[in-house]
Amino acid sequence: MSAMDCTHIRSLVSPYIDGELAAEKAAEVERHLESCEACRALVEDERRVSAAVRHHGERFRAPAHLKARVLSEVGRRSRGSGWSDLRMLGTGWNPVALAASLVLAVMLSSGATVAYLSRSAEESKAPLVQEVVSGQIRSLMADHLTDVASSDQHTVKPWFNGKLDFSPPVIDLTSEGFPLVGGRLDYLDHRQVAALVYRHRQHLINVFIWPEGGEEAPQVAAQQGYNVLYFKHGGMEYWAVSDLNSTDLKAFIAHLQKAVETPA
Amino acid sequence: MPQLDAAYNLARWLTRNDSDAQDVVQDAYLRAFKYFDSFEGENPTAWLLAIVRNACFAWMRRNRPAEEVVGSEPLDEDNVGNAEPLLGGGSRQLATDPETLLIEGRDRTQVNQLVAKLPAEFREVIVLREIEDMSYREIADIVGIPIGTVMSRLSRARKLLHDSWYRQQTKE
Repeated sequence: MSAMDCTHIRSLVSPYIDGELAAEKAAEVERHLESCEACRALVEDERRVSAAVRHHGERFRAPAHLKARVLSEVGRRSRGSGWSDLRMLGTGWNPVALAASLVLAVMLSSGATVAYLSRSAEESKAPLVQEVVSGQIRSLMADHLTDVASSDQHTVKPWFNGKLDFSPPVIDLTSEGFPLVGGRLDYLDHRQVAALVYRHRQHLINVFIWPEGGEEAPQVAAQQGYNVLYFKHGGMEYWAVSDLNSTDLKAFIAHLQKAVETPA
Repeated sequence: MPQLDAAYNLARWLTRNDSDAQDVVQDAYLRAFKYFDSFEGENPTAWLLAIVRNACFAWMRRNRPAEEVVGSEPLDEDNVGNAEPLLGGGSRQLATDPETLLIEGRDRTQVNQLVAKLPAEFREVIVLREIEDMSYREIADIVGIPIGTVMSRLSRARKLLHDSWYRQQTKE
């Protein structure tokens, strides 16, 4: 093992443990680690530090009055001079409308990113990708994430009875690090679909499920902005969308696929 | 209000103070509302957090000039391969096994204190990566540095945390 190798590998430890290396680079790191104990120890040390901060690091939540304070200040200033550019946007000076237009800007540009990428990737799926992403954004922005909020699959599954003409598999993936948040009805591609919501750290994942024939292994439909993956199994089509990184979302899809393929 | 928790969390970690964080977030959002129509990038969340982050650093330069902030880099970021004494000291480490204690959840306060003590340019990448779970691309966009620098800062920040934790354990 040359020192040169170790220096090179050590510069890749952070992106390696963060899942930010391309597959072939990650494989190169793993090959080196198999035979180098010192570098293995470094990887473990860095992993532990990362895990400790993730586990213990405080995520401060914005105080409830901060939102009101910001909105009222936006409203106050927009009535004064110098803020005419805001009015030109057609939102008037209603602070709620201003906030909504910022939200809309966020939505539109995320959607555009996905549509662009999917055009080059897979033309035929593009409209559906767009709908799936819109579904995700709608659920987050409209504060309408779930109709039934429960981490218990035995509460969520029966809730769909009589509301849909199919029975979606509802799977708890808490032990895999993806607790169920709840479910709701949604509307995609001109039909009613089941939407299940999962959480992973700060990220929410929407899974849309509807009946569709055929079998397809998980595929990436879009990346960047939002990651979108889908697969077909046992007469159902599954689409997952999230702002979670693609490595973790792929892991989630793999767990979900394994669970639906294994009869309870 | 999009991303208000993420914005406040970042500002709270950078200013290390609730009321200052609120002031900074308010200023940043007013600026974002004013300029969002000129936004043309791909990631509006990163754009918004970049405004918050820049407002934090401007605030720190105004209010905490004594503190070392961006530009002054007392630590050699490129010195990635040289951290072996901190991280690789196998046998001594096993005796106290500091990292095991770290992840076992014994000392939340201590971890938070160590993160708070990091120099601002290391603190922000740790907070964005570990607490906000941002990708390197997003961190690069928010902080305004190349992805390679995100890597080396993050790597250095984790080594600083590891080192300070180790020093604390051996002191006790």
